[in-house]
Amino acid sequence: MKKLFFKPESLTDTDHKYCSGCGHGIVHRLVAEVIDELGIREKTIGIAPVGCAVFAYDYWNFDVTEASHGRPPAVATGIKRFLPDRVVFTYQGDGDLAAIGMAETIHAANRGENITVIFINNAIYGMTTGQMAPTSLLGMKTTTSPFGRDAKLAGYPIRVGELLATLEGTTYLARCAVDSAKHVLEAKKAIKKAFEVQLAEKGYSLVEILSQCPPNWKMSVPESLEYVRKEMMTQFPLGVIKDKTKV
Amino acid sequence: MKKLMKGNEALGEGAIQAGCGAYFGYPITPQNELTEYMSRRMLEEKRVFIQSESELAAINMVFGASVAGARAMTSSSSPGVSLKQEGLSYMAGCELPGLVVNVQRGGPGLGNISGSQADYFQAVKGGGHGDYHLIVLTPGSVQEMYEMPALAFTLSEKYRTPAMILTDGILAQMQEPMEQVKIDSSRAGDRDWILDGCKGREPRKIRSLLMEEGALEAHNLHLQAKYDMIRKQEQRYQLINEQAEIMLVAYGISARVCYTAMQEANKKGSQIGLLRPLTVWPFPEKILQELAPKIKAFLVIELNAGQMIEDVKLAVNGKTPVHFYGRSGGGCVTPGEILREIEKI
Repeated sequence: MKKLFFKPESLTDTDHKYCSGCGHGIVHRLVAEVIDELGIREKTIGIAPVGCAVFAYDYWNFDVTEASHGRPPAVATGIKRFLPDRVVFTYQGDGDLAAIGMAETIHAANRGENITVIFINNAIYGMTTGQMAPTSLLGMKTTTSPFGRDAKLAGYPIRVGELLATLEGTTYLARCAVDSAKHVLEAKKAIKKAFEVQLAEKGYSLVEILSQCPPNWKMSVPESLEYVRKEMMTQFPLGVIKDKTKV
Repeated sequence: MKKLMKGNEALGEGAIQAGCGAYFGYPITPQNELTEYMSRRMLEEKRVFIQSESELAAINMVFGASVAGARAMTSSSSPGVSLKQEGLSYMAGCELPGLVVNVQRGGPGLGNISGSQADYFQAVKGGGHGDYHLIVLTPGSVQEMYEMPALAFTLSEKYRTPAMILTDGILAQMQEPMEQVKIDSSRAGDRDWILDGCKGREPRKIRSLLMEEGALEAHNLHLQAKYDMIRKQEQRYQLINEQAEIMLVAYGISARVCYTAMQEANKKGSQIGLLRPLTVWPFPEKILQELAPKIKAFLVIELNAGQMIEDVKLAVNGKTPVHFYGRSGGGCVTPGEILREIEKI
């Protein structure tokens, strides 16, 4: 009898601390499945962020280091430049990647570092219980934008993929979501492609994944999925933003 | 054969000879010659060099390269070293080796670009957040600028904690004859914590986040036990004229000026000595405790408003008077000024 569904070797048995409905667990699994399928578990080094995914090193069954808030691209650069034949990826949220770590993000991308970035965009700071993120939508109520995000006060939600697409150093940039089975499968395809770009030594790859945060969005899980589809995808359209491997 | 070399460049070459595998730097005066030197020499040696986007990025690249098993270093000057404190705290927490060079300039704020010793507190008291120490070495000549990176890497690896070379804009900018002696580049300490892919072994994790009840306290007790070991085993200093009545205490460029003042005073019949710490953390407190009952007074000379004097006083513990003379904001003490201070005692 063929086993069709099983725990990837790249995941540990540790219970997740994620809230119900959260997208992190899905993406952790997708990363683990891709690493298994590419046969690279024993040469992969992951970088866990500060934020909700701070415990990612407990969930993945390969080498993982922490990094201070926003600095995973610099840490990844240090590892990858010294060990260029290993697979190095960062896993970062929107506050980590697009606020405190924007300089590190842009410059690692601009140098064309041969690393992969998995970017979870849930438009909010989850771990610190719901403050406004650089990707929070206009009008979005958070604990630090209680009247809704106002562009005059706090600027506009940043489209990271489109921003990085202007840099010649980036190779593959895609935006996905994990709100439906179809989108989860597409996300896995994009993550796999991103790691393949690195394995082919073609340079910087980033997959942005729109994720839901029901508790901090103050929504039920079905409501949060609708919010991703109706609001998030309007601001952050899904699809391949840049693919230099096809040029 | 001796050759003429600038402090910054001697330090760079010393690090390369010591097997530095990855260097990350950001421009700031007065340490630019070091980054420039590494940009050429590291590539010649087929090692990793990156001019980073910031000092924050540089120290975190050091973090990454260290995680991957490199002898990794960065260098900067005072304002830039402030930015590196975050990374240093994480490296101390994660028990990662690595080397940071601080070519001190005048502060606070942007200050000026003259040599200074105003970052002593920051260097020896931890500098970043949390209960930790760096191992801090203080070269006193271009020759020592060349030789100290190897010692810094070795101690850093032996104890798995970041090390700092604390120097200043004067030593870094001046040229002196020096000898490129052979440097031992062998790695110290075990390597069973490095992340290089989990082939044939269990996956490894590097972390400083310890949320379980009591876990961080246990970790910090482990760190403190390690720091106690370093205090016991690694206090280094140079002592000239042990029989002195008055003992000058100074490191780096101040010690050079003190040496001249001491010689002039002793020519005229005074009994002046010089204690020059080579490590300011661990601070050479044992020798100060031994000297305290034997001498009349200590005179601490620094290019700041009085920082190392606190550690001297702690070591001497009231047994002997401790005097101070210093210049701040980029001013440098002269032998004449030190002689005047000696006469006052």
